[in-house]
Amino acid sequence: MLLIKNVTLVDALGERGPADVLIGEGRILSLSGGEAERILDGKGLLLAPGFLDLHAHLREPGQEVKEDLASGLLAAVRGGYADVVSMPNTTPPVDTPEAVRALRKKAQALGLARLHPAAALTQGQEGKALTEAGLLKEAGAPLLTDDGRTNEDAGILAAGLLQASAFGLPVAVHAEDASLRRGGVMNDGPLADFLGLPGNPREAEAARIARDLEVLRYAVRRSPKRPHLHIQHLSTKRGLELVREAKRAGLPVTAEATPHHLTLTEEALRSFDPLFKVAPPLRTQEDIEALLEGLLEGTLDAIATDHAPHTQAEKEMDLLRAPFGIPSLEVAFPLLYTELHLKRGFPLKRLVELFTDGPRNILGLKPIHLEEGAEASLVLLDPKERPVEPRNFASKARFSPWAGWVLGGWPVLTLVEGRVVYQALE
Amino acid sequence: MRHLLDFQGWTRGQVENILDTARVMAEVLERPVKKVPALQGFTVATVFFEPSTRTRISFELAARRMSADVVSFATQASSLQKGESYKDTLLTLEAMGIDAYIIRADSAGVPHQAARWVKGVVVNGGDGRRAHPTQALLDTYTLLEALGTLEGRKIAIVGDILHSRVARSNVELLPLLGAEVWVAGPPTLLPQSLPGARLTPHLDEALAEADAVMVLRLQKERMEAGLIHLQDYIAHYQVTEERLSKAKPHALLLHPGPMNRDIELEGTLADSERSLVNRQVHNGVAVRMAVLYHLLVGREG
Repeated sequence: MLLIKNVTLVDALGERGPADVLIGEGRILSLSGGEAERILDGKGLLLAPGFLDLHAHLREPGQEVKEDLASGLLAAVRGGYADVVSMPNTTPPVDTPEAVRALRKKAQALGLARLHPAAALTQGQEGKALTEAGLLKEAGAPLLTDDGRTNEDAGILAAGLLQASAFGLPVAVHAEDASLRRGGVMNDGPLADFLGLPGNPREAEAARIARDLEVLRYAVRRSPKRPHLHIQHLSTKRGLELVREAKRAGLPVTAEATPHHLTLTEEALRSFDPLFKVAPPLRTQEDIEALLEGLLEGTLDAIATDHAPHTQAEKEMDLLRAPFGIPSLEVAFPLLYTELHLKRGFPLKRLVELFTDGPRNILGLKPIHLEEGAEASLVLLDPKERPVEPRNFASKARFSPWAGWVLGGWPVLTLVEGRVVYQALE
Repeated sequence: MRHLLDFQGWTRGQVENILDTARVMAEVLERPVKKVPALQGFTVATVFFEPSTRTRISFELAARRMSADVVSFATQASSLQKGESYKDTLLTLEAMGIDAYIIRADSAGVPHQAARWVKGVVVNGGDGRRAHPTQALLDTYTLLEALGTLEGRKIAIVGDILHSRVARSNVELLPLLGAEVWVAGPPTLLPQSLPGARLTPHLDEALAEADAVMVLRLQKERMEAGLIHLQDYIAHYQVTEERLSKAKPHALLLHPGPMNRDIELEGTLADSERSLVNRQVHNGVAVRMAVLYHLLVGREG
């Protein structure tokens, strides 16, 4: 039994408290105290439901030099995550029920965050032949995606949406038209022209979202069950407008935004540091403002990290050759708590929802609200500010575009079903 | 200035200082013994991650004319992906006591990255599409030699602007000295904008009343990528004697080389009286001497 006294509660329902939260048997037993072996003083701290990340590259199997389940899932619990969806663009790609089961088994033995290994939509993520949606679902895959690549073949995507709909699986897409983005390494526009870097235009994202929404319309018409299209890492104002319009028309589409697209702009590329090379690329302040509106109004359903670890040496190559990706599992919440909530007044209730019920809804998981009987997958957050220190990351990618940023809202205790999986309390 | 990466943050005065020194160096090069001890004891490394014999030779001559020791490192970026990284290569050289690095790479920003890693001076020898500052300095030097001043002069840059580091560096530098710069090329090879330049897809508009025309090399890979049809390019963008009739009567012609005669320019033009092509190459050594001298010993406060 664990008792957290005098703690402020925050979840999708809002802020309340302070309460004395008694935890045992994997559940919240009481909000008004009780007998416990361990008592924590929660004064000044925030208690929230454990976070769920819809989009993390944990690199296992095959790319363990960048990250593995042990380092990635430890990074996750240090970031307050109780659940993580791993991307299947590994070596080889996760495209069989056996591979999904093997990852889940290994993750369970680690006893950190719960792993939900996403499976490939197509065999080998080659975009040619569908994988076994039903068997993958039964093995524990939460969604299907060819992320890491783009779905160039609209017919296969349509078939994938239809097939997945029978099993209630979302299909997640990296929506960029590969032929329009070509070799682009940063946002296309005057700055890319000035810096002499190949541009990846916003229209490459918008054009692909527009196409995918039409593909979804087709799948909706053809399927007796509701297909579900999920747009990953939406980065542009125009892309957001398209999703907003589609949602208004009742199409079953959801979308996520990343911490980096919400806090960084293309201006960062003036440093010519490949740390800021990511796909889709960092955009402009105008896009950030549109994404914030989308988060508030619900056009965007979740914040997902797109945690994409690489080796230091890979990120010290030149901008044309360095791989795309930014690691963020350990900073996502403090970053947005500070930059969006504290500095810009973004409502805390909605921010927490975007880390919890928002992504849980997308996967069809029950919401977690801080009430008696609720699952005790929880995170305790400390508003005290400290700088981001990548050298202390659990992730193997010990670098960060936010190195040195002073943030509050750091997780100090993470519980999964009542079990302490991370603690940094004095 | 600690390094020469591009012309961001440079003042007209700093540029004129370098050009003044280049004139002194040019005199040295006219002497029977073309050597001064200015950089004796310094070691300069040319580090070329992209092959370029001409630029490398020009830099090496410049360093040797001032009595510096010179070492060269050349490799293909493609082989770097498997072997040693840029950073490790540079740190290895650093450990050997290099004072200045001339860096050439096919990606924009490598000299900027290098300047964060090494203690020595970094001179950008051309990075991707980004910058080729010593080329722009030698172009400017050559233009000043012929025109006396750039104040109010119209300079047209013609060709594949989008992929050209020479164009970008000249667009940064020439307006600093008062020139009006126009860039012209087919829309698929033009950027959306370039601060400091007027853009046009019409060659005649750029050439009209121009004092000088800088013609850029059209690379085969642009045709291979399907961005332009060669015959269409020749018909509309090749700089010819006839088209130059729109420019000022004795308008000058520059080309950073190597030239594709009869593609981007009428073959005989390069040998005409207008042409400054050989002057450019000649002046390159003096200008690079001046750059190395300023960065290594002539530091301004």
